[in-house]
Amino acid sequence: MHSHTRKLLTVITESALEGTLVRDLDRLNAHGYTITDARGKGSRGVRDAGWEASGNIRIEIVCDSETATAIASYFREHYYDDYAMILFISDIDVLRSEKF
Amino acid sequence: MIDPIILFFLLGAVAGLLRSELRLPAAVYEFVSIILLLAIGLKGGVELAKQPFASLLPHMLAVVAMGFLLTLVAFPVLRYLGRFTRADAASIAAHYGSVSVGTFAVVVAYLGSRQIAFEEHMPLLLVMLEVPAILVGIVLARGLSRKTRWRSVAHEVFLGKGIVLLLGGLLIGWVAGPEGLKPIEPLFFDLFKGFLAVFLLEMGLITAKQLGSLRLYGPFLIAFGIGMPLFSALVGVGLGWILGLSVGGTAVLATLAASASYIAVPAAMRISVPEANPTLSLSAALGITFPFNVLLGIPIYYALAEWAHTFERG
Repeated sequence: MHSHTRKLLTVITESALEGTLVRDLDRLNAHGYTITDARGKGSRGVRDAGWEASGNIRIEIVCDSETATAIASYFREHYYDDYAMILFISDIDVLRSEKF
Repeated sequence: MIDPIILFFLLGAVAGLLRSELRLPAAVYEFVSIILLLAIGLKGGVELAKQPFASLLPHMLAVVAMGFLLTLVAFPVLRYLGRFTRADAASIAAHYGSVSVGTFAVVVAYLGSRQIAFEEHMPLLLVMLEVPAILVGIVLARGLSRKTRWRSVAHEVFLGKGIVLLLGGLLIGWVAGPEGLKPIEPLFFDLFKGFLAVFLLEMGLITAKQLGSLRLYGPFLIAFGIGMPLFSALVGVGLGWILGLSVGGTAVLATLAASASYIAVPAAMRISVPEANPTLSLSAALGITFPFNVLLGIPIYYALAEWAHTFERG
């Protein structure tokens, strides 16, 4: 089975940002993304999704290396200062390279 | 006699303070708040059908003006007495200029259980009062900067869950009329207080969580969280009196003025004024003002409204 290497970019941030980030992702050439609700704790305190304003989301984007870097640096520049946000990039293998 | 729905709120608060495992699933909270918003809208809509829209226009404009005023009064107090940054002061001011639907529901239940009538177009005024403070808050934080993306702000403000459901309920109630609503009345009207009780249980839990962060921000925020609603209630009573509302209506308007938003405004501020610390405004609005209004404020505002009307009669 032949596989191709791609990047998995995972962003964990405040759910208030969802609409804005989705627009950014479309503009930055992400072919797709998956969003799930999340909760946890970080430098900005416990975010336990008890109600709307304290919810987190996790966005996963599978893309090529350039797109991942572009998205990561755009997010870092625009959101790191004011929002609870972390992101990390991992190498993954995909089977259908044309999708990503 | 203390209203049982208040006891639900206290139960939630105590359970939260004792770090109980109790937790409402997010979907349940969401569902309950949707029902409450729709019920409030439907009830107002039915009554709207009975009176000409033009006669309500002065009330709507007056309430919008009150929203601007309250935000503009709160801002300098926070900025200069409280020494908050400009963004924080503007954001907190916007929370206090806007309204809380939860508090509105409690005052409706309070008056209902005492069989005190109030003007039924209050839900319309609730919608009107939600928006102006957000706009003033953004302008206070930013100035009229070109960088503000007004389109996305407008989207956030006017298409938020609260406004859509309230306005939608108003329209449905208006179109359907009292007869048309009969079949769905059991869910929205008969069960209203039950839903409100569950809602307040969750609000108690949320309130208890805010108390930790309050300790961090000190006495000014606590004083503001109690002082500001008392001041706003006076403005509300005055306005209700000028507009010629009944005692019940004046009490509702005072409560609307006194309540602080914790859903629409936080979401809009988070997007439009991201440098403002959301913990500050939320712990004030949820940790102090909401419980203050629910437990003590509403009876006080009702007493004020009664006093204003007795005074008027001499």
